[in-house]
Amino acid sequence: MKFTARVWKFGNNINTDLILPILAFYLTPQEQTRFVFNANRPGWVDQVQPGDIIVGGRNFGMGSSRPAARSLKNLGLGCLIAHSINGLFFRNCVNFAFPAMECRGVFDTFTEGDVAEVDFDACTVRNVTTGKTLPAIGLPPKLLDLLKAGGIYPLLEKEGLIAPRVEKA
Amino acid sequence: MGMTIAEKILAKKSGQARVGPGDLVTVEVDTVILFDNNFMPSQWRDILKIKDRDRLIVVLDHRVPAATQASAGAHRTARQFVEKFGIPRFHDVGYKQGISHQLVADHGYALPGTVLLCSDSHTCSAGVFNCVARGVGGPDVVYAAIKGETWFRMGETVRYELEGKFPLAVTMKDAFLQIAGQYGDHATMNVEYGGPGIADLSINARKTLTTMSAELSAEFATFEPDEVMLEWVRTRNLAPFEPVYPDPDAGYVVVRKVDLSRLEPLVAFPDTVIENSRPVADAVGTAIDQAFVGSCANGTLDDLVLVAKVLEGRQVSPKVRFIVTPGSQNIYREAARRGIITTLVEAGAVVTPATCGACGGGHMGVLGPNETCITATTRNFKGRMGDPSARIFMGSPATVAASAIRGVITDPREFLI
Repeated sequence: MKFTARVWKFGNNINTDLILPILAFYLTPQEQTRFVFNANRPGWVDQVQPGDIIVGGRNFGMGSSRPAARSLKNLGLGCLIAHSINGLFFRNCVNFAFPAMECRGVFDTFTEGDVAEVDFDACTVRNVTTGKTLPAIGLPPKLLDLLKAGGIYPLLEKEGLIAPRVEKA
Repeated sequence: MGMTIAEKILAKKSGQARVGPGDLVTVEVDTVILFDNNFMPSQWRDILKIKDRDRLIVVLDHRVPAATQASAGAHRTARQFVEKFGIPRFHDVGYKQGISHQLVADHGYALPGTVLLCSDSHTCSAGVFNCVARGVGGPDVVYAAIKGETWFRMGETVRYELEGKFPLAVTMKDAFLQIAGQYGDHATMNVEYGGPGIADLSINARKTLTTMSAELSAEFATFEPDEVMLEWVRTRNLAPFEPVYPDPDAGYVVVRKVDLSRLEPLVAFPDTVIENSRPVADAVGTAIDQAFVGSCANGTLDDLVLVAKVLEGRQVSPKVRFIVTPGSQNIYREAARRGIITTLVEAGAVVTPATCGACGGGHMGVLGPNETCITATTRNFKGRMGDPSARIFMGSPATVAASAIRGVITDPREFLI
């Protein structure tokens, strides 16, 4: 699993209230994507392109358990690479199949707009613009497989343990 | 090398001799809590089968009584789920109403040595009872309810040794703000609390620290057991359990001492609690529109008693809305019996029913544009309690109550010494 795309940078302690504010709670998952980073970076959702990559600092995704990772996925982002990722947010990345990996020092290795090449199998992050490569902290194989398979709900659905979802547009 | 408390619990629950940093473990889950957000239309997936109804608890807490048609719908879905599977432990609007983490304490739902999951991030609150309690994602609790198991990725552990006694007007909230301010986030790591200082701390005070450990981004926050805690659990839950102590040679990435006697009232400035704490003096004089005490962190009886002590014989500033939300109706009733509720409302505070309420900006005290609030709750993120332009300071219940009286952020020692 490999992603090559332009990078958007977000600093330390990005919390899930910023990604999925309470205001959007009652909306459909697709409508919720309009509110991503609305409080701290208004207009960003209109600039971001499908496949783009977020580079974060320390403690990305701190805070509430709300399905913020799903909003990043539904927005069309390719993946997240951060110096460190809040454990609960990381669980939701796996749950909702939004690829995310920790990579120490990644924040200072990129300037916004650089192109990154992220390889989840080789566990590397390369700055294509500067040529610099960093080792990332790979996901345990079991979690990477779960993520690649689409996360928890498709798995439970396939086993007949939850009802299929009828998604409203 | 020996194991920490969490490592020992998870080794046992995963059937292994030992687990440590870097391991991915699959474990049996003893208790799964579902709450109203799980049943919101954008999140709920209809569960067709559950592992064991006696391991499930369903709580309506985030927006109770229903704040909107959508939350009323979620409550309805929850009631249908409870009915369908015959879940015995259900906390609906009414006598048994409360915030899930407070109900866990009130009813002794978390037994030492067990594993408890809930998809609210402050589930680590129950770590005060010497168990592995973890806030997880919505899909994780659905999975655990169905399969009876979950996974954990093990990280390093930071041990905090608490020493000494709090000076007057200093609380566990200030101790948390000291830790978050000084040491920052603990992402990917566990925290373990112990030391001679815990003997003088109530369960309520300890619970403020484990609850707030979510704000450190800790994976697990676990207290060492002592007789005070064990007695608390035994008097509320007759089920057998085994407390778990850390091995003498447990591996900690660092051991830090926190001398409670040297702490002072602190406040976190708006937008984050990470490396953002300052002495209250730095904020004194800042005008506020709202003051709030409540949530799973500060809605305990101790917190209400402290607020009443500050308010006794005084009045809330006419420029301030002072909202107090008990953590459970159980606490509300006890506070009423002791006359605490009377003291609060006579002083001009508004006491709401037990709910997460204003802490998450859901209802019961949402902030408007450019307003300033001081809160003794869990979070002060931008936009957390309402409009993103609102500023949220965080302090102890004593600091919040003192500020409500003056109408500006105030050092609580002005009233308590």
